Amino acid sequence: MLDAEFFRRWLAAVAASVDREADRLTELDSAIGDADHGSNLRRGFTAVVAVLEKEPPATPGAVLMLAGRQLVSTVGGASGPLYGTLLRRTGKALGDDAEVTPGQLAEALRAGVAAVAQLGGAKAGDKTMLDALEPAVAALGDTTESFAAAREAADRGASATVPLQARKGRASYLGERSIGHQDPGATSSALLLAALAETADAAEGTA
Amino acid sequence: MSGGKQVGIVLVSHSGEVATAVAELAKGLAGGGATAPVAAAGGTPDGGLGTSSELITAAAEQVDGGAGVAVLVDLGSAVLTVKALLAEGDELPAGTRLVDAPFVEGAVAAVVTASAGADLDAVEAAASEAYGYRKQ
Repeated sequence: MLDAEFFRRWLAAVAASVDREADRLTELDSAIGDADHGSNLRRGFTAVVAVLEKEPPATPGAVLMLAGRQLVSTVGGASGPLYGTLLRRTGKALGDDAEVTPGQLAEALRAGVAAVAQLGGAKAGDKTMLDALEPAVAALGDTTESFAAAREAADRGASATVPLQARKGRASYLGERSIGHQDPGATSSALLLAALAETADAAEGTA
Repeated sequence: MSGGKQVGIVLVSHSGEVATAVAELAKGLAGGGATAPVAAAGGTPDGGLGTSSELITAAAEQVDGGAGVAVLVDLGSAVLTVKALLAEGDELPAGTRLVDAPFVEGAVAAVVTASAGADLDAVEAAASEAYGYRKQ
């Protein structure tokens, strides 16, 4: 079972990983975007960790909803409402349970990813975060072992954005010139899934 | 008509200067008398380029007089942030609506219409119709 503490550790792991990879994300974003993805996400997830420490919510759903709201209000770029919607909608789908199963999380994340697709109007193959998120949530199952499969699926999805032409966001203005670069949003989405798998591994190790 | 109350207009741009200037332009073109309440929510709170949910929420509260609020946006994160705030349900005043319109022309049409006392549906329609003003 996954409790609120597990979700706080997951988001702290995302924050650490975004902090580590911020320069790389910004570099990817400077090729086809406006060169702020790393710094925007670093600011957002740093604020998420701070608010979760200050007022730790009691349930997994509440942790994700508070984190999502914080991202919408602190990121300042399109990744704020997109990741904010992902976390808020996932948290909402988890409801008020004090502990959730990996299967419940998988189901909730699928709802979260669907909400992101609806908000941005993008679909798989448009060279966006969905190219990592959709295969990842499809790989999630009823066990924490499936988190590793989701991580791999997200990584593969992010790498597979390189030959794609961007159809959404600022990168889409570049047309064919967006081909040959890995999408920054798909790359940061893969970090989110990697942090989930790491957090589950760490929890197994201490159990 | 909306019973004497005017629809409020919020202008959201990645740039504080753009949002403020378009608000001034729309008010100026709306004519001599008192215009509908207009608030600019441009850039980030520290003056940089971007979108701030905090500035958007404050602007909507400032112009909300009970007849609804029409929000016009430029692009990208401005669109997504307003949509995310509306989806949340409780962060913007009741009767706040994202209006699909070109930013400058739509803002002028919205402020002129709202200043004449039109309701939110009419303000939205006028702003959206601005997509049809061909220049060539």
